[in-house]
Amino acid sequence: MSRKSAKNGADLVNREVVPTTRASSVLELIGNTPLLEITRLTRGLLRPGVRIFAKLEGFNPGGSVKDRPARKMLEVGLKSGDLRPGKTIIDSTSGNTGIALAMLGAVLGYPVELVMAANVSRERKKIIEAYGAKPIYSDPMKSSDGAIEKCREIIRDNPGKYFKPDQYNNEANSLAHFETTGPEIWQQTRGQVTHFIAGIGTSGTVMGTGRYLKSRNPEIRIIAVEPDDELHGLEGLKHMATAIVPGIYHENELDLKIPIGTEEAYEMVYALGQSEGVLVGQSSGAAMVAALKIARDLREGCIVTVFPDFGDKYLSTNLWIGWQEWRRERLAQVLSKWNASTNVTT
Amino acid sequence: MAVRVRVPTPLRRFTGGEGEVPAEGSSIRQVIEDLEKRHAGIRERLLDDKGEIRRFVNIYLNGDDVRFLDSLNSKVKDGDDISIVPAIAGGV
Repeated sequence: MSRKSAKNGADLVNREVVPTTRASSVLELIGNTPLLEITRLTRGLLRPGVRIFAKLEGFNPGGSVKDRPARKMLEVGLKSGDLRPGKTIIDSTSGNTGIALAMLGAVLGYPVELVMAANVSRERKKIIEAYGAKPIYSDPMKSSDGAIEKCREIIRDNPGKYFKPDQYNNEANSLAHFETTGPEIWQQTRGQVTHFIAGIGTSGTVMGTGRYLKSRNPEIRIIAVEPDDELHGLEGLKHMATAIVPGIYHENELDLKIPIGTEEAYEMVYALGQSEGVLVGQSSGAAMVAALKIARDLREGCIVTVFPDFGDKYLSTNLWIGWQEWRRERLAQVLSKWNASTNVTT
Repeated sequence: MAVRVRVPTPLRRFTGGEGEVPAEGSSIRQVIEDLEKRHAGIRERLLDDKGEIRRFVNIYLNGDDVRFLDSLNSKVKDGDDISIVPAIAGGV
């Protein structure tokens, strides 16, 4: 893929989308993430009237989209009095929600305990501990459902001690996106968005954002992305047919659900890094694959998807197994095309 | 060589719900072939179309990741303990 090199840098930044922010707490820095148009990877693949944008949620202070629902769930808990001094925040989470809760617990002065399968990435465990939260490990053979069950047991043994945000069943999760992600996308696309695509983990992002966008324009298509099989490597996403279905998930609000394979999502992560300069996690790779699958059939459209986080938390994971081989194969493909065209002209 | 294989929840639909199943073979590859005979469909979940272990699957032989041993050619002894573990927790 050809790359234009930057000339002077003067016209590289659209100042309009770079807000100057000053805050007295990280709570205030959550949201208002940038929307990046994906242009290099899609060159030659899309019709002229089709554009794809990605909301870069890695810009949140905790590093992921989960800062939004975590803040909202704690806010609702504090208002109702369910979360009050003396309580410990607990939840079953193998990742970004845990990091968000750990960060917010630190700021708000509440202890945090997080139940996660023992095979989550080393980076995640360390980040959670760095915020002062306590990780509790569940059986890796049982994946995230094992963490859900163990968390229930811990609360049952000591019911008065804990406040559980319960991201899978707490409507404040979706509400966070209804109140923030949805309006931001509407504003950033000046109401031009035609398709919204997001992965389903708890389903909060696709439910809340979708609900808001439909309220502004019922024609907007809401599309969910899920792994194509029960055994998959797409951290953060759930295969709904076989998982414990979240209480906040309402399938009838979706226009479409797209299954994505782990390998194609991983390769998209590599491609995004090398073509767009955006290093993301595997759920972002899956979202981008889905966006391309939708985009190639459109004559016109403004597709918005969500990149839930950046890729730095996954550098030690299996995401990067075999990637050198992938790079060699791609290079070989490029070279063979170049050689072919050389042969034609000589 | 007779071994026991621990199977994660997402693959138990192939083993009739069993979390641990017997298998035979003198290498990890042979054990997987034997698992396929007993539980049709399981090999495709573990190996890609080039016959390599899928990137999101980890296989442990007596607690050691076989990628750091001799991968699918790792030798297996009678009574060895093999675990198939999804490489990610699948959570959010």
